Amino acid sequence: MSLDVSGLKMYYRTVRGDVRAVDDVTFSIADGEIMGVAGESGCGKSSLGNSLVYLAGRMKYVGGTVELDGAPLPIWDFEAMNQYRFSRVSVIPQYAMSALNPTRRVGRMLEELLKSRGFDYGSLQPELLRRLELVGLDAEVLRLYPIELSGGMKQRTVMVISTLLDPSLLIADEITSALDVSTQKAVAKMLVEFRDRGFVKSMAVITHDISILYQVADTILVMYGGQLAEKASAAEIIEAPRHPYTKLLISSLPEIGVRYETKKLHGIPGTPPALLDPPEGCRFRDRCPLASEACRRTPPFREVAAGHHVACWRVAA
Amino acid sequence: MSALLELERCTKVYRVGSFGTRRLTAVSDVSFDVRAGEVVSLIGESGSGKSTIGRMILRLSPVTSGTIRFKGDDVSTYSDHRLKGYYRHAQGVFQDPFSSYNPVYKADRVLELVKIAYFPHVDRATWRSKIEASLEAVSLDPGQVLHKFPHQLSGGQLQRLLVARALLLDLEFLVADEIISMLDASTRIDVLNLLGALKARGLGILFITHDLSLGNYISDRTLILRRGAVVESGPTSEVFGDPRHPYTRSLLAAVPHLHQKWGNDTSYGFDSEQVPTALVPVGPDHLARVAV
Amino acid sequence: MIPGISKKGEGADSALRETVYFALHNRKLVVGLGITLFMLLFALVGPLFAQHPPLEYGGHLSVAPTTKDGYWFGTTLLGQDVYAQFVNGLRLAFVVGAIGGGIAALVGMVVGFTAGYRGGVVDEILNMLTNVVLVIPTFALLLVIAAYLKVRGVMTESIFIGLTSWPWAARALRAQTFSLTSRDFIGLARLSGERSSRIIFTEIAPNMSSYLFMMFILLFGGAILIAATLDFIGLGPSNTISLGMMMQLSVQNAALQLHLWWWFLPPGLAMMAIVGSLYVMNVGLDEVFNPRLRSM
Repeated sequence: MSLDVSGLKMYYRTVRGDVRAVDDVTFSIADGEIMGVAGESGCGKSSLGNSLVYLAGRMKYVGGTVELDGAPLPIWDFEAMNQYRFSRVSVIPQYAMSALNPTRRVGRMLEELLKSRGFDYGSLQPELLRRLELVGLDAEVLRLYPIELSGGMKQRTVMVISTLLDPSLLIADEITSALDVSTQKAVAKMLVEFRDRGFVKSMAVITHDISILYQVADTILVMYGGQLAEKASAAEIIEAPRHPYTKLLISSLPEIGVRYETKKLHGIPGTPPALLDPPEGCRFRDRCPLASEACRRTPPFREVAAGHHVACWRVAA
Repeated sequence: MSALLELERCTKVYRVGSFGTRRLTAVSDVSFDVRAGEVVSLIGESGSGKSTIGRMILRLSPVTSGTIRFKGDDVSTYSDHRLKGYYRHAQGVFQDPFSSYNPVYKADRVLELVKIAYFPHVDRATWRSKIEASLEAVSLDPGQVLHKFPHQLSGGQLQRLLVARALLLDLEFLVADEIISMLDASTRIDVLNLLGALKARGLGILFITHDLSLGNYISDRTLILRRGAVVESGPTSEVFGDPRHPYTRSLLAAVPHLHQKWGNDTSYGFDSEQVPTALVPVGPDHLARVAV
Repeated sequence: MIPGISKKGEGADSALRETVYFALHNRKLVVGLGITLFMLLFALVGPLFAQHPPLEYGGHLSVAPTTKDGYWFGTTLLGQDVYAQFVNGLRLAFVVGAIGGGIAALVGMVVGFTAGYRGGVVDEILNMLTNVVLVIPTFALLLVIAAYLKVRGVMTESIFIGLTSWPWAARALRAQTFSLTSRDFIGLARLSGERSSRIIFTEIAPNMSSYLFMMFILLFGGAILIAATLDFIGLGPSNTISLGMMMQLSVQNAALQLHLWWWFLPPGLAMMAIVGSLYVMNVGLDEVFNPRLRSM
């Protein structure tokens, strides 16, 4: 399967105007690829993930196309998307741990969910139990209430539920953020295992934690201010980034072994732009040490090396 | 160098359940000290009791048993009146910058509260220059942060403003409880460097975090906390370089590195319920809860 | 959460302007407030137009509403001026609402804030107190009190209502205070040497201002309803006439069967209008204060 997004624009309606959260975004995810989406708060990564599944509340579709396996995905049409959700495109939302209905036992909730989609719980149960065992959960979990499960257990349960129907595309939104470091590792590795076993064809893993992405993702897409900055293989993003923002971001991450006395790290001064009335041209312009007059025009997101896309005038092809 | 802050056998037990019949031990028999001019990081996962320790030190939570000594005086039994004197020298900054400010008021009100309580007779002009000096020490521009509401400032600015507030007093000791975990990656490191600058000025800092890389970056000594008890402690280079307790090792193995992939073990974390042994020395100044 | 929008903005001014904008455009709020203000105006100005004292037996029995002799709303079976009684009762309704609701709000705030902020033993004790007052049978208590007092005025009734209807307000405020107390700015206020009482009034209460406002409106309306109920069963003030008492007398004197509709219809409709509009106003206010309820 593959996902092709072209020129996607999704804005939020507000009293004061449109917040341009996803502004002209074009990228692809190949069959079997785990693509990480990295960026800081307000960069639009969650909005991007959400828009591929469900336009919530004030989000409005403004333009662009999305194609899943060659066929268009009607993300602007809530009703039409119903047949794709959960079966072809699935999401593990942010705070998935609160996504479980606290007044329902897990098994019962799942039964109702499947029934509402027209699937038979009974026929899927053997596969469900197999997968629960795979992630280290007992079948007993189905009989428990969400409050009886730990954070890691809830996260794993939600992962199994979201992928039960073998979707082509899985969007995982900040699924490791609220977890302890050991559970984080387990959950992240589980994502890879799901892909390796064919439960999911491709994934978009959204997180602000680039080091997790280095561990599990094949490629990383870096977003800034609602636009794409860079996309390349995980190794290249970490070891040889080309976009000024990516470079500064990677160099500001402390690693075990790096100490303040020996090597003082630096952040990026300034703050990301407000997306209500974003500056014209490259949105990183105000904080970029390499900014020039040319940056007043939005740089195109183009391929500067094999499989390596960058949106920056200063990066030569 | 004598200790600035010393905890001795501190325990915190909560009463839960109906009529408080059950007991929940959040912190169990913890002892450590922080000296002036050093950063001690307290590393633990959620539920380890690290924030509870921070709150006990700041007396925002009463201590069930044990003593907390600041420069020799036992502050765990101080009354409200004497606590005010304690807070002149010991302050805290917390995790969520947007929760630390009352949304109804402007952000610089936190500075005003300090004036009202500790400097009531100082005139406006002197106070103004004091504020400016504090803001400069944390690299904030007065024009950008004064007279603004909290939602108009970024998380990084809000956290720095809290440090500036603490510096208005005669600060000697700071509890930094997960102060950068809610900040963006690009601004985190600058706030962390600020702690390093404060350390150079002679402050003692307790840096509470769940993130081992951050602890490793900034601290001189490290304590690893698990389920309310210290399992390993010592100089940072020792604890990270030669971890002795299995929990410490499992934590280090689980940290996602930037240039090195994880190993291939499929364990789901450290689960074993070992019988708690006492803390024994395993190296110079390096203690761990392992069998001798 | 809408990304990237909270950074810019003009602070309290724009928040206030936005609130006012939504307030003026919220139909429930405007209509509810309009009706309430109209009734209040009527209560203030109406008595000036009454031509007879409310309790005076004028001699003209069961007269339908007419312009003659100033009997705008007709007379009762006993010859009393319905209009005079009506505007008098209207005034009393607002007095009971303000005083009864005010006392309930005050006690509820003190108990709720203290229980929520302090927690622990203080909370347990106040909880017990709240529960006891909650389950006191108010009618029985009022009957006992009525047996001891020779004359019961509106003030007595208002105070009684105020002192028995605060529990639910205390409960609600306690819950809200609990959630606010766990926020870090309270801890920071303590680290700045602020005393507990100051913290409650300068840190916690302002954060709940919209909630307190709405709560007072509900207590106001509730007090009026309780007073009407008490009046209707004969436990109202003994030295004056209120809307509830008008209803009671009209039923006792078979006004329905005698087709004296002008006797019970005005007070019934007035109470419905006041209390109903207060509640509708409250729903509207909830939408204004809580952005998530606004239909955009």
